[in-house]
Amino acid sequence: MHPVLKTVLQRLGLGLLTLFVVSVMIFASLEMLPGGFAEAILGQGATPETVAAFNHQLGLDRPAALRYFEWIGNVLHGDFGYSYAGAGGSIKKSVSAIIAPRLYNTFFLAIMTAIFAVPLALFLGIMAALHRNSLFDRAVNAATLTTIATPEFFIAYLLMFFFAIQLKWFPSLSTVSEGTSLLEHIYRAALPSITLTLVIVAHMMRMTRAALINLLASPYMEMARLKGVSQRDAIIHHALPNAWAPIATVIAFNLAYLVVGVVVVEVVFVYPGIGQLMVDSVSSRNMPVVQACALIFAATYILLNLSADIVSIVTNPRLLHPK
Amino acid sequence: MTEFEMKLKAAEKAVGLGKLSRRDFIQFVMASGVTLAAAQAMFTRAARAEPKKGGTFKAAVGHGQTTDSLDPATWSNGFTFAWGKSVMGAPLVQISPKNEVIPHVAESFEPSDGAKKWVFKIKKGITFHNGKTLTADDVVATINYHIGPDSKSPAKGVLSNLVSAKADGPDTVVFELSGGNADFPYLVSDYHLAMYPSEGGKIQWEKGIGAGPYILKSFEPGVKMTAERNPNYFGTTYFDAIELLSIIDVAARTNAYLSGEVHFIDRADPKTIDIVKNAPNTSLYNVSGTALYSAPMLVDQAPFDKLEVRQALKWAINRQELVDKILYGYGSAGNDNMLAPSLKYAIQPEPVYTYDPEKAKSLLKKAGMENLKVDLSASDAAFPGGVDAALLMAEQAKAAGIEINVVREPNDSYWDNVWIKKPWCQCYWGGRPTADAFLSISMAADAAWNDTRWKNPRFNELLVAARAETDEAKRQAMYAECQQLVHDDGGQVVLMFNNYVGALSNAIGHGEFNTDFDHDGGFMYERWWMA
Repeated sequence: MHPVLKTVLQRLGLGLLTLFVVSVMIFASLEMLPGGFAEAILGQGATPETVAAFNHQLGLDRPAALRYFEWIGNVLHGDFGYSYAGAGGSIKKSVSAIIAPRLYNTFFLAIMTAIFAVPLALFLGIMAALHRNSLFDRAVNAATLTTIATPEFFIAYLLMFFFAIQLKWFPSLSTVSEGTSLLEHIYRAALPSITLTLVIVAHMMRMTRAALINLLASPYMEMARLKGVSQRDAIIHHALPNAWAPIATVIAFNLAYLVVGVVVVEVVFVYPGIGQLMVDSVSSRNMPVVQACALIFAATYILLNLSADIVSIVTNPRLLHPK
Repeated sequence: MTEFEMKLKAAEKAVGLGKLSRRDFIQFVMASGVTLAAAQAMFTRAARAEPKKGGTFKAAVGHGQTTDSLDPATWSNGFTFAWGKSVMGAPLVQISPKNEVIPHVAESFEPSDGAKKWVFKIKKGITFHNGKTLTADDVVATINYHIGPDSKSPAKGVLSNLVSAKADGPDTVVFELSGGNADFPYLVSDYHLAMYPSEGGKIQWEKGIGAGPYILKSFEPGVKMTAERNPNYFGTTYFDAIELLSIIDVAARTNAYLSGEVHFIDRADPKTIDIVKNAPNTSLYNVSGTALYSAPMLVDQAPFDKLEVRQALKWAINRQELVDKILYGYGSAGNDNMLAPSLKYAIQPEPVYTYDPEKAKSLLKKAGMENLKVDLSASDAAFPGGVDAALLMAEQAKAAGIEINVVREPNDSYWDNVWIKKPWCQCYWGGRPTADAFLSISMAADAAWNDTRWKNPRFNELLVAARAETDEAKRQAMYAECQQLVHDDGGQVVLMFNNYVGALSNAIGHGEFNTDFDHDGGFMYERWWMA
């Protein structure tokens, strides 16, 4: 079997196992948290009778193990169940219907940021490696390290202050809904996207730079230079193929962050993404939604890491043709 | 703003509302040295500011969750509560800025049998958003939905005395209570009790179809809701459409206001409110309400079972300092009376608990409890700034030789595991419209929320008697005694009454504000207009 295909299949198998473990862990930890959905929703208004009525209606008065297997059985059939919220009415809200628009928003923001941030980071990293220790290198390093060291909510507030309140170029609220047009969506998501770009560029840029600098010092690069290959060709044909593996890993890591870790930015800009949904669902113990979010997050990590590994194998002839 | 300017603004508003005549207004401004011609011009300008229809009102509130739903039994936060009051829903009665009951879906109501039976006449010709006519059956179904055996509605507690609601013809509903309650009309102003269309005795809330001033257009839980004016609304409303945003982060909410995205924000950060109120075209929304922050002691647990200990702690806390430092002055000091001064029958019990560590010391000495050491369970879930307030209280009590050990409790599940469980903790109370509603829910011996476990026989006797008493003077005397008992003997340390503070654009016109809840008592969508 082709080594790439074999790796992919192996990883996907392991991924499924990981997803199962994640779902058990999330379910168990939610069970261990004090209070339940009824108490969280009713807050101060939780009397024993209303809590019991709530729990009975949602079937939460049954044993936890039974509920878990019922849920996982449904998931295997593609049914993520119904949200606990509003479950009393005749129109139940399915978890997929709740998550879908938010997931779209999250992916939209992640892709929009990635399209901008990844090339920018690579470009800056390559330039910094080529002009190592120059003024440019130092300036880029200082600037990106500053933005990654600054808490993202603070960057968000600064951008909001200058671009939304002072200059009024962008809206301070990024509320989008289903009817929002593509251009409007991009315009509304601009400030969160810039914030995230500032947060993730440093990591990718530094890794690109470090990987290249390592390679530039290696004997085969010197050989390439000695045989008269131009600087550009030396980097693109000789250095980068060996550098892709670590760079891809870092890019995958940052892309995963863009999907699962941006809840702070979502809250500050009131962007209806999936992070906020998950935090909200955890605090209200809305188990079906939390589980579905957790599975999506875990799957995102697994798939992105898998793609990073594939990139490493494909770009590296030694791995592609193992003896 | 000088005092004259404030009065002038109020007078202009009164003219706009048609509450002040041309002659009175001109006399008032001429008294301050304005010429007749200028005064007349001012009157014309003010009169033009009368309520008019049109515009889209945008508000951002610091509440709202992805678990919010259209089910009226689940409404519990600042995003959803007004839906039943002045958005999709219309309740039987509304509350006026003067805290009076105004008939709304009900045309009139009459008590009989010592206020044990209430007959409500329903206004004829009210239609729901789907065109169905509102009848007594819908009212009964709505009420039953909340008081039924498997109901999870907080209104169940509010209506705990209600035995049955029955339709008597198409426009009469008869309520039977287990005991007399002269305040019953106030209870049905509860925001959960908005009328919904029913079929076979079951209400249908799923589509958000009510009889209120706005028809629901879109609702994304935890994000946004939009609604458009109901052209067939039986009351009066001004905006063409409303947009309500949930912005939990206070800085983001403030920025949304400053960048002009919304006309109104609630729960402004008191630390930055001075900057916000100086923004162009902005008025401070600052209403002293009936909501309060408290520190309840369980009076059946040592050492709080000793009256002297309770009183010593009451004297050992500097409430004014708490108001100044926790609320930044946007509030007023409590005096261990749950009833805010704006409520009917509220008194200011004597002696007023000011900061007197010496007195606290001597009380403890009397009880032989010098060098008292107590735990105070604190959390920001109880009220914003709860932990800071507890630390301040600990500092203040030192002067009385009391050591308060502040235990920081987790915000999550605070109401399950700390409140009414730990001997001394913190709590907040949203306002209630009447003395009876507030005392019954928080102080009555058998109340589920009696968070001090205080069971004073005299108090409970008075509470029941006052509820059914229709003689105003006697009732006033009974409630005065109730409040005095709570003040002297109870375990409730009422720290402060917090104001509702927000920012409101001058583009919005409004009358006098309600004090019972934030957002003009929940009526801002219905009562405000584009100036």
